[in-house]
Amino acid sequence: MKETGPTTGTAAEPLLELSGLEKHFPIMSGLVFKRQVGRVHAVDGIDLAVYPGETLGLVGESGCGKSTTGRLVARLLEPTGGTVRYGGRDITHASRRELRPIRAEIQMIFQDPYSSLNPRHTVGGIIRGPMEINGIDPPEGRERRVRELLEIVGLNPEHYNRFPHEFSGGQRQRIGVARALALNPRLIVADEPVSALDVSIQAQVVNLLRELQRELGIAFLFIAHDLAVVRHFSQRVAVMYLGKIVEIAGRDSLYERPRHPYTHALLSAVPEAEPEGRARERIRLAGDVPSPIDPPSGCRFRTRCWKAQEKCASEEPPLVRLEGSPEGHLTACHFPEAPTVHGRDVVLDPALA
Amino acid sequence: MSTPFLSVQDLTVDFHTEDGVVHAVDGLSFGVEKGTTLGVVGESGSGKSVTALAVLGLHSPETAKMSGGILLDGRELIGAPRSVMERIRGNKAAMIFQDPLTSLSPYHTIGRQIGEVFRRHTGASRAAARDRAIEMLTRVGIPQPKLRVDDYPHQFSGGMRQRAMIAMALVCDPDLLIADEPTTALDVTVQAQILDLLRDLQEQTGTAIILITHDLGVVANTAHEVLVMYAGRAVERGTVREVLGEPHHPYTWGLLASMPRLSTPVDAPLRPVRGTPPSLINVPSGCPFHPRCDYPALAGPELCRTERPELSPRHGHGDACHLTLAQKQEIVR
Ligand SMILES: Nc1ncnc2c1ncn2[C@@H]1O[C@H](COP(=O)(O)OP(=O)(O)OP(=O)(O)O)[C@@H](O)[C@H]1O
Ligand SMILES: Nc1ncnc2c1ncn2[C@@H]1O[C@H](COP(=O)(O)OP(=O)(O)OP(=O)(O)O)[C@@H](O)[C@H]1O
Ligand code: SF4
Ligand code: SF4
Ligand SMILES: [Mg+2]
Ligand SMILES: [Mg+2]
Repeated sequence: MKETGPTTGTAAEPLLELSGLEKHFPIMSGLVFKRQVGRVHAVDGIDLAVYPGETLGLVGESGCGKSTTGRLVARLLEPTGGTVRYGGRDITHASRRELRPIRAEIQMIFQDPYSSLNPRHTVGGIIRGPMEINGIDPPEGRERRVRELLEIVGLNPEHYNRFPHEFSGGQRQRIGVARALALNPRLIVADEPVSALDVSIQAQVVNLLRELQRELGIAFLFIAHDLAVVRHFSQRVAVMYLGKIVEIAGRDSLYERPRHPYTHALLSAVPEAEPEGRARERIRLAGDVPSPIDPPSGCRFRTRCWKAQEKCASEEPPLVRLEGSPEGHLTACHFPEAPTVHGRDVVLDPALA
Repeated sequence: MSTPFLSVQDLTVDFHTEDGVVHAVDGLSFGVEKGTTLGVVGESGSGKSVTALAVLGLHSPETAKMSGGILLDGRELIGAPRSVMERIRGNKAAMIFQDPLTSLSPYHTIGRQIGEVFRRHTGASRAAARDRAIEMLTRVGIPQPKLRVDDYPHQFSGGMRQRAMIAMALVCDPDLLIADEPTTALDVTVQAQILDLLRDLQEQTGTAIILITHDLGVVANTAHEVLVMYAGRAVERGTVREVLGEPHHPYTWGLLASMPRLSTPVDAPLRPVRGTPPSLINVPSGCPFHPRCDYPALAGPELCRTERPELSPRHGHGDACHLTLAQKQEIVR
């Protein structure tokens, strides 16, 4: 099944295309002799596309495979199955040498601004690093370029010789952004880039990323668990559950007319800063939290889904456009919510009500 | 008025560094009653974690100079001998640390680390400690805990490590729990589950909880009282309804305005508090927020720059700002 382009653009060619992508980790046990007792199905056959200049938000439960997906895209992990295509080329098993020109184009911003910067290097050294590794010589010289990058991310170029510990969390995250920009990337994988920041600094960084995208046309795979932040920075959003994509849609369609019960559960669980928030209903997920070691048959959400029926255990729901959904809105569910149900409406689990 | 279960009075924590003295906490007072939750919010670097570590006696006396009082269940903790603090930690008071990666040892399995805390405080056997570890992993929602108990931290996702930390803090049913950003690494449904777990624990055992977070939504949903910190000081304090419903301090306004919400227009840029965080070595004079505040002209620029506003009134909904109540109400309107 071919996905359609972002809601804004026309049928552009995707910059990044994942198909049937899989990553399984072995689980070892035993005190002296380690033997494999199982596999973690961290990413279990996902299809995704990211178009030039857009942000695709990736959300989902802790442990569902978001970071693993990000690391597969940045080729920091070797997939166990499926393909990764970048700019139309299959790079799934490309060698280091073959990857060289592409590595510069795909950059990663990490979640933790504290441990992802080498404390012994100056800010200038950190940002220059990727240029040196990739042998890139900007016409104006590396140092000038670094100073320019510092300015782009809103830091003082005079901070060139300072060390990371002299910066606040938000400033360090900006350094991480500047480093990611050093090689003029076309795609940035941002793994929870603002989760560790306080709201005010988070707002600064989100505004910065939005500006960069507008001005430089960089595409983002934006991994986050804060649905309100994702809404502010994504044109399309994919929802992941236990190694699979369960729903993907243009932003408004996803937030306003979600069809998958899990998406509804996610949206209803967002805490709002209103004192009355206490009273607001939310969907509480009952049932066992399934394990990526042996995922449930059929639909993986069925152990916690209030709409599950027999068919859900026997047949895996395909990720398709449902009747009543707009183009590009795909859902994997046998018994979806009606397209008239708003994301903010609470669909209560009758068993729990 | 009797002393609350935890009572912090005029706490000061200074760090002596090469660059000068860092005034991380400066004259902070608050109390937490049993069975209630105090939410602590504030900018990065405002002294939230330093305060938490001070309560548990985790600052090294060589680098951190503390003064003031910290009374837990009527007992003074500042200057208490190490043996006393060690007994209190884990048993009476426990902490969920902000950074799960650095606070879990990479060399031991998750189960072993949780089990060790239990054994240290109860003298349980290895087998019993392992069972308890599995039970705790189940309670924090780790799937297939029997298989996962032997994993090392790097085999857990970010959120799973966070839950392992929570399991470790709760393993001895503490009377006071300090949770430093306990749900920051978690998605909303797991977050909701953890917050429910903390609430259940509180109902069953009357635990007093200090919840440090930058998520005002979490505070609105779980705390009874709120303390807003800025530059090591309390700038506003009151019930959740008071502080989030009718905030009085300009910094609290800024904090609330910078928050992305599901209901705000999506194309408008977010609104961070302008300016940069204050230096804690050369703390701005007078009101430490004055270089970033929009209202000194109204309150009196001279006053804001030279005179430190005290938290007033002393009880109930208080804030530290020179604006009059009438002026604040006018601005909010
Ligand atoms: N190196 C590894 N060895 C074994 N299992 C792993 C490894 N890395 C990840 N996993 C497992 O893969 C699954 C997915 O992990 P991943 O880090 O991708 O989750 P995530 O969606 O990013 O979660 P979070 O929101 O908590 O960061 C988890 O069950 C995790 O334990
Ligand atoms: N050991 C130390 N030596 C010197 N300065 C320190 C030390 N520990 C903390 N500080 C400083 O004290 C201030 C308060 O830090 P703290 O960790 O309490 O902030 P926080 O409010 O918890 O922020 P965040 O939301 O980012 O976690 C910071 O400026 C920090 O740099
Ligand atoms: S397929 Fe069945 S179990 Fe899965 S989400 Fe839909 S209704 Fe629920
Ligand atoms: S005291 Fe003055 S500077 Fe401080 S918050 Fe109030 S108005 Fe602003
Ligand atoms: Mg992750
Ligand atoms: Mg902290």
